[in-house]
Amino acid sequence: MEAFVNVLTNPYYVQVATMMGIFLIAALGLHLITGVTGQFSFGHAAFLSIGAYSSALMTIHLHTPFILNMLAGGLMAALWGVLLGFPSLRLTGDYLGITTLGFGEIVRVVFINMKITGGAGGLGGIPRETNILIVYIVVALTIWGLYRIQNSRFGRALAAIREDEIAAESMGINPLLYKIQGFALGTFFAGISGSLFAHMMQYLNPADFGFARSFEILNYVVLGGLGSIPGAILGTAVLSLAPEFLRFVQEYRMLIYGALMVLMMIFRPHGLLGGVDFARLYKKIKNKRKSVESNNAEGI
Amino acid sequence: MFWQQFWQQLVNGVTLGSTYALIALGYTMVYGIIQLINFAHGEVYMIGAFTGLIMVTVYKVNFMVAILAAMLVCIPLAILIERVAYRPLRRSTRLAPLISALGVSIFLQTLITLIKGGPNPLAFPQVIQDTVYVLGPVRFSTVQVLILVMASLLMVFLQFTVKYTRIGKAMRATSEDYETASLMGINVNRVVSFTFAVGAALAGAGGVLVGMYFNSIHPFMGVSVGLKSFCAAVVGGIGSIPGAMLGGIFLGIAEVMGVAAGFDTYKEAIAFGFLILVLLFKPTGLLGLPIQRKV
Repeated sequence: MEAFVNVLTNPYYVQVATMMGIFLIAALGLHLITGVTGQFSFGHAAFLSIGAYSSALMTIHLHTPFILNMLAGGLMAALWGVLLGFPSLRLTGDYLGITTLGFGEIVRVVFINMKITGGAGGLGGIPRETNILIVYIVVALTIWGLYRIQNSRFGRALAAIREDEIAAESMGINPLLYKIQGFALGTFFAGISGSLFAHMMQYLNPADFGFARSFEILNYVVLGGLGSIPGAILGTAVLSLAPEFLRFVQEYRMLIYGALMVLMMIFRPHGLLGGVDFARLYKKIKNKRKSVESNNAEGI
Repeated sequence: MFWQQFWQQLVNGVTLGSTYALIALGYTMVYGIIQLINFAHGEVYMIGAFTGLIMVTVYKVNFMVAILAAMLVCIPLAILIERVAYRPLRRSTRLAPLISALGVSIFLQTLITLIKGGPNPLAFPQVIQDTVYVLGPVRFSTVQVLILVMASLLMVFLQFTVKYTRIGKAMRATSEDYETASLMGINVNRVVSFTFAVGAALAGAGGVLVGMYFNSIHPFMGVSVGLKSFCAAVVGGIGSIPGAMLGGIFLGIAEVMGVAAGFDTYKEAIAFGFLILVLLFKPTGLLGLPIQRKV
């Protein structure tokens, strides 16, 4: 028991778990954009950085409460999501991916050049407001919110666009409008995640939000299984913990990480939980149990 | 004074742009045939540069031999990457080969960092006597002339291969329609391997030329150049070979002019800014064909 408590209060484990939660929120945002709506976004880290910087600057300069700053960070990211989405979501597939990738790099370079963000030297002196409890409350709210969204009329419209945009359009769905709304929601979660990140690390640097970070988050979603919330959670858990577990191989860590990415895709091209529907699985098990019970009853 | 500066920067821009074009060709040809953004292409270019460095420092060979050696190392490497990481995924979702490509890219970067013993840059020795040629208002260095000549030769050779040889015809047919080409008796797997090989040869040559031009190479050099070259391919119209050349030179000029105009801190963003502008007004790039929406 004591060992268990020690593990739970070990600052290193708490730190790893908190960071995992923070990136899980970002991954869930991307899940809505790529997994549910089927739109490529290779610039998710840019929205994290927008949320991170705007909330951090509000905390430093306006001294407003953290919860307000966090929401403002999310809304700022969503605003930029709409501004980018409006012209670029007309593009499809890879072209959209490339545009978002370009946007991500531009945002990074702009943050390096801005005075108020501290430029390439980074922004320090952000008070620590994030703790593991807040992070996991937000994670729970995000998961709950996403389940509500996905099972609503709106969520089904997004899924229809993913399956076949033209068919969805002929059913009276305005794809551009829905895609922008989905994009705004996804980037909102990225902004929230960025705010939590800023008030966790207490220091921000544009280099943390390069395209490598965007692809890392995309990895979480794709390796977990596109379109599945449990998949996004599993993917984030496995991949954000993998570098920690691979610490013993030290310099070979990234070598193994890269090779694992290739192997996982070859053996599970749809991700770890791709195509696994837990609700259906649960029902199946329940039905089986019921039929076994009724068979037993008939037997008597 | 202004015009002299202008012409000089134009020459510098075309030089930089033709190295982008050499790498962009690999992206565009692969995309044209299997619709894959080959993110590991930048690493092939990086390995080409390192091969060139080893050839000139350890084996003390002529730079032409070094370029040839880089091409010969990159060709089997790219074919191997395609076999191992992309071919098993050809029939799966669009994102799976993309993630696989990123995995290869991380793997190769780390591998070269480990072999080299650290991520810091290595100096590329001066392998050719640097004389300056003056033509009107413009000054050319020997390396610049070499890059321009080599790049044009390789591009003419590529254009000839694609237009007038049997395998070139097969490449064009496969990029037109993969399924139908395979039904017409074209060995599409061979065509894909050949495409990767050609792209890798150009990237390998580009790596050595850039090493000679900037005198410095490092294990992560493929990332930024790869992304920018990829932008060049998209700006020109992805899938189109003349488009990649045009896009590369266009972005090279834009970047050099932007830096000369005082936006040097925005250097890394110029290519992406142009990319977004071009895509918004012409969604398939300058020379790209319009996408057809099929039900």
